[in-house]
Order: sequence, then C-alpha cells, then structure tokens
Amino acid sequence: MRTRPNYAAGAAALVWLVIIGVPLYALVNTALQPQSKYTDKGPLGLPSALTLENFTTVLDSGFLQYIWNTVFVAAGTVAIVLALGIPISYAVVRGRGLLSRGVFRLFLLGLAIPSQAVIIPLFLIINDLGFYDTLWGIILPTAAFALPVSVLVLSGGMREISTELYEAMALDGARPARTLLTLVVPMSKSAIATTSVFTALQAWNGFLFPLIMTQSDENKLVTLGLYNFVSQYGANVPALLAAVLMSALPILVVYLFARRALVAGLMGAGGK
Amino acid sequence: MSTHRVRDRAAPPALERPGVVWALPGLLFFLVFAVAPMAGVLYLSFTHWDGLSSPQFTGAENWSRFFGDSQVWQSTLVTGVLLVGNIVVQAPVSILLGVWSAGHQRNRAVLSAVFFLPLLLSTAATAIMWRQLLDPNFGLPSKVAWLFGTNPLGTQKGGIACLVLVTSWQFVPFHSLLYQGAARAIPHTLYQAAAIDGAGRVRQFFHITLPQLRNTTITSTIFMVVGGLTAFDIVLLLTNGGPGTDTSILPFSMYQTAFRTYDYGYASAIASFLLLLATAASVLLTKLSGFDKMTSTLEGL
Repeated sequence: MRTRPNYAAGAAALVWLVIIGVPLYALVNTALQPQSKYTDKGPLGLPSALTLENFTTVLDSGFLQYIWNTVFVAAGTVAIVLALGIPISYAVVRGRGLLSRGVFRLFLLGLAIPSQAVIIPLFLIINDLGFYDTLWGIILPTAAFALPVSVLVLSGGMREISTELYEAMALDGARPARTLLTLVVPMSKSAIATTSVFTALQAWNGFLFPLIMTQSDENKLVTLGLYNFVSQYGANVPALLAAVLMSALPILVVYLFARRALVAGLMGAGGK
Repeated sequence: MSTHRVRDRAAPPALERPGVVWALPGLLFFLVFAVAPMAGVLYLSFTHWDGLSSPQFTGAENWSRFFGDSQVWQSTLVTGVLLVGNIVVQAPVSILLGVWSAGHQRNRAVLSAVFFLPLLLSTAATAIMWRQLLDPNFGLPSKVAWLFGTNPLGTQKGGIACLVLVTSWQFVPFHSLLYQGAARAIPHTLYQAAAIDGAGRVRQFFHITLPQLRNTTITSTIFMVVGGLTAFDIVLLLTNGGPGTDTSILPFSMYQTAFRTYDYGYASAIASFLLLLATAASVLLTKLSGFDKMTSTLEGL
C-alpha cells in the first residue's frame, strides 16, 4: 500500500530527536573538555580543546571495580530469576486448577509491591541472613522483585506452546522434568530472552538496594558510585559526566553486539 | 489435593502434569524477600523503633501522627501529581513515536536507534546528567533562559516539571519500543480495508491503531504507575526533595524518616501507606485489563 509521506509525524519525530540528542551531545561534549574550559561556552558550545583526562580521573578512582560488581550482580540476578521463574511458570501453565491459579495471582499482586515500601524489614532480613554489605545482599532482593514480571512474561510465552506437543511428549513417556528441558525451555526461548534483558536492565538500574544493603567501597555498584561522585567531584563537572558516560559503556557494548535480541526482548514485553 | 497428585504419577503418562512442587522454591524465595517484609512493615508501623534497640509496641501512635502530618499529605499530593504528569506526557508521546517508528522505512530505523540511547543510561546517570544541564549558572538556563527560566529547579512547579521532563526523557524510548512492537503486529489488511472505505490517516489511527494497542497501553500504564510510585532515585539525585520539601514524594519521605532520622516506626507507617496505594492501583489496573483472567495474559504481556 503506497501512502504519501506523513510530514507532520516526521517533523514531530525530528523534534524528539533534538530532545534526545541535545542532552546527549552536551554530555559527551562536557566529558571530553578540560575542566578549565568547560564553563566558558556552556554545555552546548563547540569544544575548544578535547581531552581524555577526565576518564583517567574516573578510572583512577576505582570505577572499574564498580562496573565489575554491577556485571556480577546483573548476572547473578538473571540466573536466580531464570532458575526460579521457569519452574514457577511451568507449574502455572501446565499445573492443575486452584493451586496454579493461586500462584499466578500471588505473583500478579506481587507486581505492585514497591521495593521502597518494604525496604525496612528487608534490610533486617538481609542483615539476619548475614548478607549485609555483600553483593548477595543486592542480588537476592533484586531477584525477588524481578520475579513477578518474569513469571508473567515466561508463562505468557509458555502458553503459546500447543497442547498437542505436550501430549506427544507424554506419549513418549516423558515426565515433567524432561518435558520442561526438551520442550518448554527451547520453545520459550524468546520469553526467556525478554526476561533476561528485562531483569539485567533492572539490576543495572538498581539504586535503592545497593544504597541500603551495602556500605563499603569494594561492594559499590555503578549507580552508587555515581551518587558518591556527586559529592566527591561536585566541582569537577567534566569528570562527573565522564563517569556518567562510562557507566553506560557496558550496556552500550551489549547493545552493539546484541542489538536485535535487546530490542526484540523489550518489544516482546509490550504484548501484541 | 496432594494424595491425588501422588496417585496421578501411577496413572497413564498422558495425565501427568507438573505439581505445585515446581513452584515451591520460587514461592518460598518470593515469600521471604517480598511477602514477609510486607507483614513486617505493617507490624513495625505500630512500634517505635530507632533501629538499634528492639522495637517498642506503641499501638496506633504512628498512625495518629501520620494522619495529622501535613508533610505526608503534601508528599502524597506531589506523588499523585508526578504520577499523572508522567502518564499524561509519556503515554501520547510514546504511542505516537512507537507507531511512527513501526514503519519499515530506513530513516525511521536509524532515528529509532537514536531514540533508544537514553535506555543505556541508568536513572542515576540520567539524573546527574540533567542536574548539570539544568544548573542555573553553567547549564542550559544560563544560555537558553527563554526555554528553561533562570533556575527551573528553584521552585516547586519547576522542580515537578523537571522531574516529569527527565523521567519522560529516560522512559519514553522504553514505552515507545513496547508500542513499536505492538504496532508492527497489527494486521496490514485492516488498514487496506479502511483505505478502501476512504478512511484517512487520522481516522485509521483512532479507529484501528489505538484500539489494537489497547493491551499494550495497559501494560505500559502499569509500568508507569509502578515506576511512578517508586520514583525515588530520580528525586534524590535531581531535586533532593527540594526546594525545601516541595518535591519530596512518599518513598523519599519514607527514606529520609527511616535512614536519615532513624525513626523506623514512623517510616513504616508511611511505607504501609505507599503499599496500600500501590496495591489499590494494581488491583484497579488488573481488573481493568483482565490480567486476572489467566487466558488473557498472553495478549497483555
């Protein structure tokens, strides 16, 4: 179907491009300028001198450790969410009657629990379990709060597997465990990818749990590192923004190499 | 129930289904780290507790203080305004952008890739970047004052507007990705039929696109509401609740009360209230969306 160009929509999209682009330009621009120069022209001026010294300042302060911690937390969270969420969803989709419905409803309601609302008792629990000021003190609650969305997405994906396939597996004598491994997991690959992307982004973006559950520098995550830089480098704006830029690099790398999976995962979360 | 299940194992294989055992580890985990704390926060809201000694049961003391605390009501109001502001700004922009970028033209693909970029930044990074950009002396207001005013973060209205602006900047790309995926899945024949009937672009949008995006709209709105009620990091880093306590939303008040003034009992009362609001919002939205009928989840999420 041929249509004439939609100029109004195109123009609106360009406006949004400016809204997205200008702050990003200012971010990169400022991070690349020497501290002495940046106040002259404001964030939007053309750079008069470029330097990488801001990045070395940030690296010298141990930022790589924060990035490494964050990667570990994201990977650990995804692993727990998949290990627990896949069997839950399998039981919800293939299980019988009231119980599976009840489990599903519980997680549906769980969707609404704001982590802020329960942070005080959660802090006590993490403390009692001996996980305070460890990366596990961040991973465990982050995983728990990522479970509801994950169960919703995973069970949605599993519901698309046709009953005939389950019956065929059963005729072959497969028990639930084998059905899960040889049928359900391979068939819900895209739901699993969506869940992983989603959970990883949540862990990456996490702020409250790292703020409350950890204390020492060696257990800091990127978001908390940035928060501390505000007071530490308050006056050195180019260094601060260089840290902001560096905090995005790992996700940028993932994006460059796994763009399709990342975007498909996020789009899949919206439903058809 | 369980005895039936045991008997099922001996039955013909076609009847064997996963039992609740499969959900048990996840359930336990969720109970410990999400459900039990809900009970905990309710209990603590009836105590006085400084975080060191053991909690002292004080009955409804925190709650009578809560209902007389004008700061809490102001925080509730600000939370509500932010929530509505975010939905009103983000929903239309995300739908339009998502539908627009669902087209397969090359320029749209390139632009959509750029639109995606804010998703690479965490909320903390976004807030810090914007705080510098909005700085009255060195940021955009010093150069383009006609657009931002001299100090947009200096007033309550300005602060709230900035919170909405920055939140939208960060999350519109996410929501428009959801809509992009959904818009691509709308059958093309619907538009062809409408075009044959002489429906223009605007009519097609309102009569085909929007109704077809209904489920995504609900999903996206749920994300906005939950996100709005938990918008803590953005407030802490962008306005720090200020000027004064003008942009202090409920989670922020709760955090300050608990972890800055060590009044965990009263903070638990605020937290319980937040929990109540979130549950009410979620029940309302799941009823509206039909999420609670299990069959429709496939459509919705």
